[in-house]
Amino acid sequence: MPPVIETREISVRFGAFTAVDRVNLTVDRGEVFGLLGPNGSGKTTLIKSLCGLVKISGGEGRLLGLDVHRESPAIRRRIGYMSQRFGLYEDLTARENLEFYSGVYGLTAERYARRLASVVELTAITPYLDRRASQLSGGWKQRLALGCAIVHEPEVVFLDEPTAGIDPVARRALWDLVFQLSGQGVTFLVTTHYMDEAERCGRVGYLYNSTMVAMGTVGELKRLPAANPPGTARYEITCPNITETLATVRALPFVREATIFGQSIHALVDAAAAPALATATRVDPRPIEPSLEDVFVTLTNRILADRSAL
Amino acid sequence: MSLFAGAWPMLRKEFVHLRRDPGTVIFALLIPVIQLIIFGFALNMNVRQIPTVVYDQAPSQRSRELIARFRSTDTFALVAQVTSDAELEHEIRRGRAQAALKIPFDYADRVLAGRGATVQLLVDGSDSTVSSAALNVFNALILLENQRLTRAGSPIVEARPAVLFNPATRSPNFFVPGLVAALVQIMVIILVALSVVRERERGTLEQLTVTPVQPLGVMLGKMIPYVTLGFVEICWVLLIMRVVFAVPIHGSLATLLLLAVPFLVASAGIGLLISTRAHSQAEAFQMAFGTMLPSIFLSGYIFPINNMPPQFQLVSNIIPTTYFIEVTRGVILRGAGLADLWTNGAVLTAMALAAVGLAARQFHRRLS
Repeated sequence: MPPVIETREISVRFGAFTAVDRVNLTVDRGEVFGLLGPNGSGKTTLIKSLCGLVKISGGEGRLLGLDVHRESPAIRRRIGYMSQRFGLYEDLTARENLEFYSGVYGLTAERYARRLASVVELTAITPYLDRRASQLSGGWKQRLALGCAIVHEPEVVFLDEPTAGIDPVARRALWDLVFQLSGQGVTFLVTTHYMDEAERCGRVGYLYNSTMVAMGTVGELKRLPAANPPGTARYEITCPNITETLATVRALPFVREATIFGQSIHALVDAAAAPALATATRVDPRPIEPSLEDVFVTLTNRILADRSAL
Repeated sequence: MSLFAGAWPMLRKEFVHLRRDPGTVIFALLIPVIQLIIFGFALNMNVRQIPTVVYDQAPSQRSRELIARFRSTDTFALVAQVTSDAELEHEIRRGRAQAALKIPFDYADRVLAGRGATVQLLVDGSDSTVSSAALNVFNALILLENQRLTRAGSPIVEARPAVLFNPATRSPNFFVPGLVAALVQIMVIILVALSVVRERERGTLEQLTVTPVQPLGVMLGKMIPYVTLGFVEICWVLLIMRVVFAVPIHGSLATLLLLAVPFLVASAGIGLLISTRAHSQAEAFQMAFGTMLPSIFLSGYIFPINNMPPQFQLVSNIIPTTYFIEVTRGVILRGAGLADLWTNGAVLTAMALAAVGLAARQFHRRLS
């Protein structure tokens, strides 16, 4: 069976600007793939090019074995898409929104009744079914939008920042929903800025400046040589006056990166410098493995350094 | 704290908004210019070039002199010769002529005899401005002709004016049927354009793009409700016209409603075209407003088209309202039927097809 999502050297250019630059990506059935990267790195454009919303300038993209450009009409019935802006009709009730999208996908009355029941059960939206979308909270809107995006039982679902601006409880509920569906064999491509969400994904890809700079499971990324430059080590420094210490640590010549994580500092330092670090901060640094955020920051800094070296 | 605290930063910020939104500035500066040009050059209450047919029952030297006098004025434009009363009435009913000069067969004899000659001017009363101007100029021309024929004494030629179709020249009879067309076009254009642009603003249009929905499906789904609403509005306005303004409908209501369909579809098509260009509801509203001015001022609703310079007549020729106003006035005031108005129906149908076709092309580009 072919991979559900497969791109080979896919590129999207808008005039002189390249929004997606030769990206290779393979996602298998039932996977939840997380797409990360700073704003403007090309995450949304990559998703849109796969959904047929923007034209591909080079390379090839295949969904479910079909070419995303030439076979777009056949693909549309089999994919779901939830943009950053929901795509809900605010003056329609939740039920009317679901009914509209099932109509748009050409569901028969019988199939709609069956799907409505299952979407309602999945999203637990029963109490709000007859409420207008505009009156729902952000979390419920998101769930309804996901319900609308899956009412036609798509095999692949694209979620573009599905949890932006909703509270933690609603976020967790949405992710539970995603995993429930992926358990049923639905494939997800999800963009996010939240590292904890990225850690939930089976595999993640990091887009930076339109190119895919790293891809793999979270564990693989954390062990990536580029994220753990040879001759360096990561330490956690826990101390009371954290802000002043950060300034001190950053000023040390052997410290490559340092940032605050909650009550402590995470620092990437030259491996041999641990005793010097302890002396400077007057605390015992604890060796740690990089967090996903550390990985991305280190990768980004390395790219920037490489570029300025050129 | 000053009562005007914050005025300066607000004011500066507002100028930045204006600079970032050239559409609004263009709208503010261009619309008055268009209005001025239309009012200054195109609109003229002085009636000119009234299309007139001549029914000369017995052509003679005398009748030709009289016709020449009519021809030499700017008020009448002689468009055709007719050879019967039936033909004369038909030309007016179908809107090709707004006046008819009828010279009886005994005109030359009576002029020679020095007494009792009559000349008739039949005027289409459905446009009260035109009909009163025509009657005034007609009376003046006959007066001049009398002065030429007799140096003194009692007049030889008697003017016999007659107003057809709106004998009382009531102004509601003239304005209300035209208003039906102008109002409905604006409403349909605005509602259709806004309903599409609203979906673009909210992101639902993009959502639809990833579904199997086809451009024509979206367009039909957007047009039919508003065409229906426009249809109901026409019926409603006609009812008010009949009951409140007591304007009788002389022709067949079925003809009027039948020809309303291509008119409404053309308007909805223009609305769709606007929606493919506009990025926000405000922009769509501005564009719709841009179509409103010509459809009120250049459609013949208030100012007769014949008085306009040729460039403006060209513009009025591409406005659906122009053709539908002819239909409403024709049916309501002159009792015109499908046989008289089919050309208007054909033009409206062509416009409807063109607008929907162009919109479909734009939609296709946007949606796939």
